[in-house]
Amino acid sequence: MRKRLEGKSVKTAYLGLLLALAVICGYIEALIPVPVPVPGMKLGLANLVIAAVLYLYGPVEAITVSLLRVLIIGFLFGNMFSIVYSMSGAAASLISMALLKRTRAFGIIGVSALGGVVHNVAQVIAAVLILQGFPWRWYLPVLMLAGLAAGILVGLADRIVLPRIYAEGDY
Amino acid sequence: MQDNISKYLRKTDIVLIIVLALIPCVMMAFNLIPHDADRARLEITADGKVLGIYSLAEDRVIEIGGGNTCRIEKGEVFMSHADCPDQICVHSAHINAQGGSIVCLPNKVILKIISAEIGADAPDVIASWAEKGTPVH
Repeated sequence: MRKRLEGKSVKTAYLGLLLALAVICGYIEALIPVPVPVPGMKLGLANLVIAAVLYLYGPVEAITVSLLRVLIIGFLFGNMFSIVYSMSGAAASLISMALLKRTRAFGIIGVSALGGVVHNVAQVIAAVLILQGFPWRWYLPVLMLAGLAAGILVGLADRIVLPRIYAEGDY
Repeated sequence: MQDNISKYLRKTDIVLIIVLALIPCVMMAFNLIPHDADRARLEITADGKVLGIYSLAEDRVIEIGGGNTCRIEKGEVFMSHADCPDQICVHSAHINAQGGSIVCLPNKVILKIISAEIGADAPDVIASWAEKGTPVH
């Protein structure tokens, strides 16, 4: 099964496909209204794809796809500030997920849950650095809980989908 | 059901999730401790500069030069207008003496309830849009 995902050109094609999927996830997410009055709260659909790349390929491929996704989404729909916010969140969450996965003690749901929390913590830190006086005391815990919930849901979805793409993975 | 959960979640995952859920709960509990509701004031900040500190007691409309307008009505504060595309601050929940804040990220405007200790030595109403560029404090 893994053979089907590897080989230079096959891998390139798959990663391109997954990158396109991640970009579309970000776009679809922007269309879904968030029923909560807290800016920055969202589902993190793109993380569905990024966590999948992390498990199907590895940290290097996942970082590549994640950074390209942030740049593409940022140039298409955002501005410099949104790129800084997204980049800090994406980078921190991916690094934490890759490290947690390396311990082999946790499943994809735990890894994704940590990624969701770290993503939002990093974004709050970025907001504190950019905006002096950002009221992080309330935002941080609320966004941590939101990130946790989103991370668990995304991890659960990956846990269900990934074994059907590549059965031998350690999810 | 028990089977399903153990199929997807490892024990370590459950421990991790509980720890990750507890941290923010503890932080929120800390946030709840001190609050001098009677003397709470509204602090308006734009781009890191404090533009003014207002009492919640009297109703008023405050124009914030970056394209935002906020109102104080019956002890509640809300953003009544913003020129940014997302309108997140306009749709944010109203805040009152209990605390809270409304943030407009595109315009870098923050409305925040501050307690009496911070506002005690500052005058009630000060400065419109950073005319002299000097923060009030």
